[in-house]
Amino acid sequence: MTIKAVALISGGLDSLLAAKLIQQQGIEVVGINFFTGFCVEGHTHAIRHREGSRPKRNNALWVAEQLGIKLHIIDVVEEYKNVVINPRHGYGANLNPCLDCKIFMIGKAREWITQHGFDFIITGEVNGQRPKSQLRRFMPQVAEESGADDLLLRPLCAKNLLPTRPELKGWVDREQLKDFNGRSRKPQMALAAEYGFDDYAQPAGGCCFLTDKTYSVKLQDLWDNRGRREYELDDIMLLKVGRHIRPSSAFKLIIAREEGETRYLSGYRKQFQTIKTVSHGGPLALIEGAQLDPQQLELACAITGRFSQGRDAESVEFEFSDHNQDLHSVNVKPLRPSQIDPEWIIL
Amino acid sequence: MSDIVKLDARRLLCPMPVIRLQDCINQQAPGTRVEITCTDPGTLHDIPTWCRLNGHRVLATTEQQDDYIFLVHKDADAS
Repeated sequence: MTIKAVALISGGLDSLLAAKLIQQQGIEVVGINFFTGFCVEGHTHAIRHREGSRPKRNNALWVAEQLGIKLHIIDVVEEYKNVVINPRHGYGANLNPCLDCKIFMIGKAREWITQHGFDFIITGEVNGQRPKSQLRRFMPQVAEESGADDLLLRPLCAKNLLPTRPELKGWVDREQLKDFNGRSRKPQMALAAEYGFDDYAQPAGGCCFLTDKTYSVKLQDLWDNRGRREYELDDIMLLKVGRHIRPSSAFKLIIAREEGETRYLSGYRKQFQTIKTVSHGGPLALIEGAQLDPQQLELACAITGRFSQGRDAESVEFEFSDHNQDLHSVNVKPLRPSQIDPEWIIL
Repeated sequence: MSDIVKLDARRLLCPMPVIRLQDCINQQAPGTRVEITCTDPGTLHDIPTWCRLNGHRVLATTEQQDDYIFLVHKDADAS
């Protein structure tokens, strides 16, 4: 009987090594990677650096290729909303619900192995490596609350934990597993060298925008101004792009910082009011909010003009596209830097 | 020759184009060809890699202005 394991592949070094350790014991390993909308490594790169730069690889696919395994990328955007909005175990330093996230993903893996006839689950977790979600005392809780229980094997730190079913059944030789712990990356790097892996992604994985303070501030601002904690995929994608400026509770500007962002934001022209600089080179701005009144429109154009090549001109011409995509010409003097209230800028 | 199934993944950033392709391919019979149009340059890496890992073939890759167009052949049922 062939024993089959599914490995949660984040694209970082730990999941690569964990899967390799099990693969070496003759177990058939397949990878899964969950797309939450926040695990967005490479997105900013893809938006902002198009011309002449090397496209950024997807690290989960790279890891799968190093291991020679299939990788299933699973869209969990809708289900994941509840993890972000209502984390049972709360947030970390920012809006990162790391413990709930871990429980959710391992729970999804548990469902997957049942549906696909696999025997157990592997993760690259190392006890003590990260605050909260990888603390040793939370590891049994993650296994229990996810429903994976003793089918969850953490090969890199298995010797620090109670034996799991794959070990007890003799599917996996516990002696060949590791006892890594703590924040040091040296054991992982040594093991990577032993296997001949180089060019791997940044140590400790970590590709979630929710751990980023600036991103979390923008998400909180979005919730505060909508008066409800909810989001769509487009919302969380746009939080990564441009300058976010909210001069009043009525509207927010998302102003492209360079050509790549202008191109990306252009894809949203039909969903938003937009401002485009006409008389000078300048960015595209999306306006999130209700239809602007004339005063608000003047202010929005004056702010956008500040980031155009006409920033020092007496008058700059803009093309405003309203919610019906009717076009209006507007001439406004751009604001000076001192006229932009720092409170407007969403960090 | 069977028809080509067309997918529009423009404006989507990786891994979303790969997910679209994967979900489409999984619904198709072996031998089907799928044409996916993308704008994320990361797909130049990711779509061929995903195809290699999962036993499918990229028959052609073309660039038209800001679009990257991949013609993929579904080989044996690899899912």
